[in-house]
Amino acid sequence: MGREGEVVAELLPEFERAHPTIRIKLQQLPWTAAHEKLLTAFAGDTTPDVGQLGNTWIPELVALNALEPLDGHAERSTVIDAADYFAGIWDTNRVDGRLYGVPWYVDTRLLFYRRDLLARAGYSTPPRSWPEWQRMLAAISAEARGDRFAILLPLNEFEPLLALALQQDDPLLRDDGRWGNFSAPGFRRALAFYLEMFQRGWAPPLGTAAIANVWNEFGRGRFAFYISGPWNIGELQRRLPAEQQGAWTTAPLPGPDGPGASIAGGSSLVVFRASRNQDAAWRLIEFLSQPEIQRRFHALTGDLPPRRGAWQAPALAADVHAAAFREQLERVKPAPKVPEWERIATEMRLVAERAVHGQLTVEQAAHELDERAANILEKRRWLLAHRRAR
Amino acid sequence: MTRRSAAWWFVAPALLVIGVFFFLPVVAALALSFTDFDIYALADPRNLRVVGLRNYVQLLRTPLFWQAFGNTLYFVVVGVPLSLGVSFGAALLLHARVARWPAFFRTALFAPVVTTLVAVAVIWRYLLHPHYGLLNYALGQLGIPAVDWLGDPRWAMPAIIMLAVWKNFGYNMIILLAGLQSIPEQLYEAARLDGASVWRQLRHVTLPMLAPIVAMVNILTIAGYFQLFAEPYVMTQGGPLQSTVSVLYFMYEEGFKWWNLGSASAVAFVLFVFIFALTAVQLRLTRWRAAA
Repeated sequence: MGREGEVVAELLPEFERAHPTIRIKLQQLPWTAAHEKLLTAFAGDTTPDVGQLGNTWIPELVALNALEPLDGHAERSTVIDAADYFAGIWDTNRVDGRLYGVPWYVDTRLLFYRRDLLARAGYSTPPRSWPEWQRMLAAISAEARGDRFAILLPLNEFEPLLALALQQDDPLLRDDGRWGNFSAPGFRRALAFYLEMFQRGWAPPLGTAAIANVWNEFGRGRFAFYISGPWNIGELQRRLPAEQQGAWTTAPLPGPDGPGASIAGGSSLVVFRASRNQDAAWRLIEFLSQPEIQRRFHALTGDLPPRRGAWQAPALAADVHAAAFREQLERVKPAPKVPEWERIATEMRLVAERAVHGQLTVEQAAHELDERAANILEKRRWLLAHRRAR
Repeated sequence: MTRRSAAWWFVAPALLVIGVFFFLPVVAALALSFTDFDIYALADPRNLRVVGLRNYVQLLRTPLFWQAFGNTLYFVVVGVPLSLGVSFGAALLLHARVARWPAFFRTALFAPVVTTLVAVAVIWRYLLHPHYGLLNYALGQLGIPAVDWLGDPRWAMPAIIMLAVWKNFGYNMIILLAGLQSIPEQLYEAARLDGASVWRQLRHVTLPMLAPIVAMVNILTIAGYFQLFAEPYVMTQGGPLQSTVSVLYFMYEEGFKWWNLGSASAVAFVLFVFIFALTAVQLRLTRWRAAA
């Protein structure tokens, strides 16, 4: 899918040379159409043998019974060693105790920040905890003139708030994903912290569309912090002029009292249950999972590898901007693994947006979210009750 | 074979095609709207529940549906008169005897209709940009403070209306222009001989002669504007604060993003009934006015 779909075409001939009996037909999909295409392929019984899935889609396709469990293959494999993978990332592929995918590349969110702006406010290192972070945000805001801000938290993305919420001990859903758990102290603390950044004027109440070109604005210093993902390393290197390259870098996400967790995102490789070439499919997954191939994949795409082994490559070990990701990946947590999660996360963003605009308090927003989650999860509760009865 | 049965045979192929590709899906969608079809039902038909009217009841209780309905109504009530006004004005200008290069301007004004919305959206996003946008620059010259067009919930819908009017007025303009050109010149001559001013000619010759065309254009435009979707989809994704979610956008998200095809079908039928009723009332009004 997307750029990965184009790049993998360059790696496949080598696999075909090593396995002369296997021929691969590659179909590339744009990300925007992929989800719909997969569901219609399932309905039409035309799913592929191997596929790339965003790891938050796995629970949905497991609910459809479309994926083949891979536990047996993974245990026997000499290439894929679960212990070499970042634990949080590996965990996103396990649903109800079974393994349905092998991580291909990872995605998490952390801080991109302007070193020079931080230094001007009197700080030489990035924040490690929320209180420290707040002091820096306040100091940068005090310096900022005109419509400059300390931090950009785009209102059209749920990931920044989700990352803060995952740092808490309380899970986001309770009772095996039957109900929302947004009124728990954990989520309310995360939401209150998030809202405070807007209320104090540290963050502008804007989406990325209103910013138009986030890279240029970041280069101009319109905001000093930006919570975003690994693809922006490449974007910023490409788009900002050489003299600005020294001014920015990345840092792990600060937590409530010390380094905090972030989202275990990324893509996985899966085998579809309807596949008649499951062994060949598994061999392709093993091929793409070799640390050496992952190194080349990183060189081609900039995507970060999911196994620690691949990170020892000089290109990655020496990359100053990637170092923070390496550290963060040891502290990533999966989002709740229910098919309805993406919708609930979208509601979370919408309700948080209303709270940012002052239409809801933290308590009201948490209550509203629990109510919406309860509605969305109604069918799941019915199914779970029903399945037990059958 | 009687004439009557022969006629049926001639229309049979068309009826068959309409039946298979139009009525059947509509009936299927109606049936779907009484179920809770979703991805679980896709996995296993036993997970499908027949819920009767619950989708409809739920829908009418969903605040976002009413917000979407209100947004759509806002778009129609402001957008349709504006669009027709601009179309009519442009048609009059093109029809005016003093107009130079009418062919060029006709093409230029029609161009937005045939350009792709996605390309247009990129340009408009820059036009509407709060800092670098041409529109805010122009307002600034007049001493009006910058407006955050797409980021401010109060201004996002007006921005969408501007885009939609600009994009669509050319189509009605061509139809109205054809209508203007079919008004016999003698009527104007007679009016001028009677000493009618330009304004009175417009009111008492142009408008009455154009009335049937205006009525048709009006009905088509209202029905079209109620199906607002592409503009918010490419410009705002329904935001900010869901101020640009239209009924159709709501249905799209429900059906194709969240795969709740049951409740999405219910949205489609509510919208259908509403547009149908509105069109019927308009047709009645037009006929009544024509008879009066």
